[in-house]
Amino acid sequence: MSDVLPEAFAEIADDFHALTGRDRLQLLLEFANGLPELPERYAEHPELLEPVPECQSPIFLATEVEGSGRDAIARLFFSAPPEAPTTRGFAAILAEALDGRTVGEVIDTPETVTGELGLAEVVSLLRLNGMAGMLARIKRQLREKAGL
Amino acid sequence: MTVPVDPSPALQEYAHPEKLVTTQWLADTLGSDELVVVESDEDVLLYETGHIPGAVKIDWHLDLNDPVTRDYVDGAGFAKLMDASGITRETTVVIYGDKSNWWAAYALWVFELFGHPDVRLLDGGRAAWQAEGREMTTSDDGRPAATSGYPHIEREDAPIRAYREDVLNFLGGQLVDVRSPQEFSGERTHMPDYPQEGTVRGGHIPTALSVPWGRAAAEDGRFKSREDLEAIYQGELGFETSAPVIAYCRIGERSSHTWFVLKYLLGFDSVRNYDGSWTEWGNAVRLPIAVGTEPGEVAAR
Repeated sequence: MSDVLPEAFAEIADDFHALTGRDRLQLLLEFANGLPELPERYAEHPELLEPVPECQSPIFLATEVEGSGRDAIARLFFSAPPEAPTTRGFAAILAEALDGRTVGEVIDTPETVTGELGLAEVVSLLRLNGMAGMLARIKRQLREKAGL
Repeated sequence: MTVPVDPSPALQEYAHPEKLVTTQWLADTLGSDELVVVESDEDVLLYETGHIPGAVKIDWHLDLNDPVTRDYVDGAGFAKLMDASGITRETTVVIYGDKSNWWAAYALWVFELFGHPDVRLLDGGRAAWQAEGREMTTSDDGRPAATSGYPHIEREDAPIRAYREDVLNFLGGQLVDVRSPQEFSGERTHMPDYPQEGTVRGGHIPTALSVPWGRAAAEDGRFKSREDLEAIYQGELGFETSAPVIAYCRIGERSSHTWFVLKYLLGFDSVRNYDGSWTEWGNAVRLPIAVGTEPGEVAAR
């Protein structure tokens, strides 16, 4: 299954699929715990962050591009409270997979990728909508900022 | 009931104080063989970050729902879940969760569809327990061993669950919409290019009155006093406890909270939760809606 995924997600998907049930949830929790802190310029200016209402829990994101066009480098930033570990986990997966890649790679990421990680069985499809919502917003912001 | 009720004076003012327990009572009662504590959250990972010692987790999406029938699990499915959770028909179940017990109230409501004899809510839920610095653990120690033989009970929906046909025939009755004012009025703030999980139409069920669910919760997540609750539902809305009520929200989870308040804290005789809620009603063909802040009229049919 993973060989059809973009390289950015293949390794993460393999890691999740190697685990079952509660262990898979534990891995998501590890992602949640590892979500990078917001850099100061965002921590002090929350108005620069975009809310993601598709998520049940409050999450905000911001993007930056270094350069322009498809070859620009995409930078992703997220903020979600500790009492929303699932949402933090989703954000951390997107950060690990996509932060630092080219804008082209990010916007070519198929929408279906969030369903390919083996998470539906442990968090439910409905909750995964939140992750798809984040990805869609990231792609839209990057298109605008990279002038695509 | 297998475990004595919580005699705390603070609970006695409610119509059915036996349906609530305080954090202190739970702390004192943990470890009883007749008790199983269940955590049920909006966020499916919260339990993994730490839970009340010995608590088991039950998730609405994954455990109580049947995605194929778009319905709750059947008697066999519920029995299997109970057996795995170490719950027998005689077990006292105390449920707690995040978000002022939204999802805990939802889980309790599903337990009652199966007529589980003794199921209670922890007043204040997870947040109250944590705020008091009480023990949380990630360990499985104290978790009940699996049991067997929970009977296959046929779900009895009619007394506490409303279907869309029931609601259609109920317009003009004591119908309460517990979503936010913006959801009630039908305002929407989504922008182009944004995926939305919501419904085709914005608004509410005609004749419904708006009381966001959270008005029944105090700031610490516990339920408000009976006097404060009566001021809202009997006072502001003019609801009478002897007449039937139907509550709804988007998918039936927030309205479970209000359902619990009306049925057990205020002692309304007949309260049903319309779990199809706006997700069904807002999308359904040939169901009328009302837009704006007014309840709206019953359309001639």
